[in-house]
Amino acid sequence: MSETYSFPPAAAGAVDALLSVRGLTVRFGGIVALDAVSFDVKQGTIAGLIGPNGAGKTTLFNCLSRLYTPNAGTIAFAGRPILRLPPHRIAPLGIGRTFQNLALFPRMTVQQNVMVGAHSLTRSDYVSNALRLPWARREEARTLEIAEELLEYLGLTALRHVPAEGLPFGTLKRVELARALAGRPRLLLLDEPAGGLNHEEVDELGETVRAIRDQRNVTVLLVEHHMNFVMNISNQVVALDFGRKIAEGTPAEVQANPEVIRAYLGTDAA
Amino acid sequence: MEAQLPATSIIPRVGGLTLAQWQRLGLAAVLIVAVALPFVVGNYRVFQFTLAMIYAIALLGLNMLTGFNGQFSLGHGAFYAIGAYTTAIMLDRWGIAYGWTIPVAGLVCLVVGFLFGLPALRLEGLYLALATFALALAAPQILKYFEGWTGGVQGIVIIKPAAPFGLPLNEDEWLYFLTLAILIVLFALARNLLRGRVGRAMVAIRDHHIAAETMGVNSALYKSLTFGVSALYTGIAGSLGAIVVQFVAPDSFSIFLSINFLVGSVVGGLATISGAIIGGIFILFVPNMAELVSKAAPGAIYGIFLIVFMYVMPGGIAGSLKMVIHRWFSGNAPAVNAGKVATK
Repeated sequence: MSETYSFPPAAAGAVDALLSVRGLTVRFGGIVALDAVSFDVKQGTIAGLIGPNGAGKTTLFNCLSRLYTPNAGTIAFAGRPILRLPPHRIAPLGIGRTFQNLALFPRMTVQQNVMVGAHSLTRSDYVSNALRLPWARREEARTLEIAEELLEYLGLTALRHVPAEGLPFGTLKRVELARALAGRPRLLLLDEPAGGLNHEEVDELGETVRAIRDQRNVTVLLVEHHMNFVMNISNQVVALDFGRKIAEGTPAEVQANPEVIRAYLGTDAA
Repeated sequence: MEAQLPATSIIPRVGGLTLAQWQRLGLAAVLIVAVALPFVVGNYRVFQFTLAMIYAIALLGLNMLTGFNGQFSLGHGAFYAIGAYTTAIMLDRWGIAYGWTIPVAGLVCLVVGFLFGLPALRLEGLYLALATFALALAAPQILKYFEGWTGGVQGIVIIKPAAPFGLPLNEDEWLYFLTLAILIVLFALARNLLRGRVGRAMVAIRDHHIAAETMGVNSALYKSLTFGVSALYTGIAGSLGAIVVQFVAPDSFSIFLSINFLVGSVVGGLATISGAIIGGIFILFVPNMAELVSKAAPGAIYGIFLIVFMYVMPGGIAGSLKMVIHRWFSGNAPAVNAGKVATK
């Protein structure tokens, strides 16, 4: 991870949309959290989703993980509509995610947390687990291998047997990342990965996210408040404000967009 | 668990043995004591220890559900009753050999538990506790209602089976060893289950069910199946209980039995396997000890015991022991930077 990756090697040739969101609308009572939002995320890219607080970024993520059902619109992953699937069927498709406020399993060890991440790749059940059938044991060994590789990759090996509860915030963020990667996702959703990290950790995270895209062939969609971070690593940025898409394009384009500037600086709010 | 630790890490030792070796040694010692016990103590004590093991099996079932999966049940007495009556009816009405009735009682409870677990999916925490409480309240009355099968208030008397194959054991000793064998098998299966993919999914649901679903865990399926497996364990315990006590009657399965199970699993240690055995011994012997202390107010003494235990050992007996042992071992560990982050 010490190498730096030049920007932007957006996997040449891979132009198909891995994720496509069309007309996504979510209403909570009278409040419109998302208003006909459409965008695509191309395979092999890093896409940033920005917007002030309450712009609907996390709502959009929760639609992608099927924790919310939108009132209107469609979401297709690799050409396949996903809005009819229950939440637990999303990970097996190849969509992994992390959470804004950490959603780890506090009383499990770091290693066990990451092993749960591989749940969707494995299939041993009550009977095969209770009897430790040979194939279930091989599967367990493979799961452990996946977890160990990721712990090593993210510098968590020394903490593998420590319960997640009580570890520093920045470390837990890495545990969540490892857990999300353990499901071998094609699309990784990162909800404010830089939130609560210090300067050095943010730089390191940027390298890690690029490395994940380039070495592991993972497309990344991230929600982030940390502007430098988003603008530095994203190939494409989508800006939301009050549930509506106000801009989309390269980081430079979006940064120059007057609507985006207005949304962030609050001038001429009307 | 092969490849658990790389060759470079140094395993802490106390008294020249690693934690795993101590655990194996402790397990062997417990097994030797358990096998020798019936030859040392009288028949009544043998009967009591058999009952304690039966409770341990029931508690392990409850512990899987409550401790590992985070679903509360104040109604496991009902599954115990279903197991007991399945055996009693098969023995008394149909004359089926008792050996067959035990797995059947388990399977009946597996199905009933799974079916009860389905609607219970909509309930969480205290609401689930209340729903299962209702189950426990209803069980004795339902048993009285189906008098033709259950013998109503009179209950069903069962004859104690003799030791097979001409083993030189009396009935109590035979039932003790039969229960011990079943306990060992059930505990080994539970340990494997809880350490594997399924056990991790169960705990993940308990700790953060939304994150668990996002990782692909079908939480509804796991919760109802865990309810079923939990009921299976408790049902097998009920079946053995009927055979050992030689009698089933609706009033032996009152709400107090369910509450006792919950007490046993909490005092023993939620989310621990060995806690079930400690809890079984506790709920069988400690009320009697309370009676020895004060004949007038054994309930008050028992209450004080409970409060003291919870105060001194908030993780239950097994949980607290585990903590002490781990502290002891990590004190001897070659300085692993546990709390610190290795920033790369």
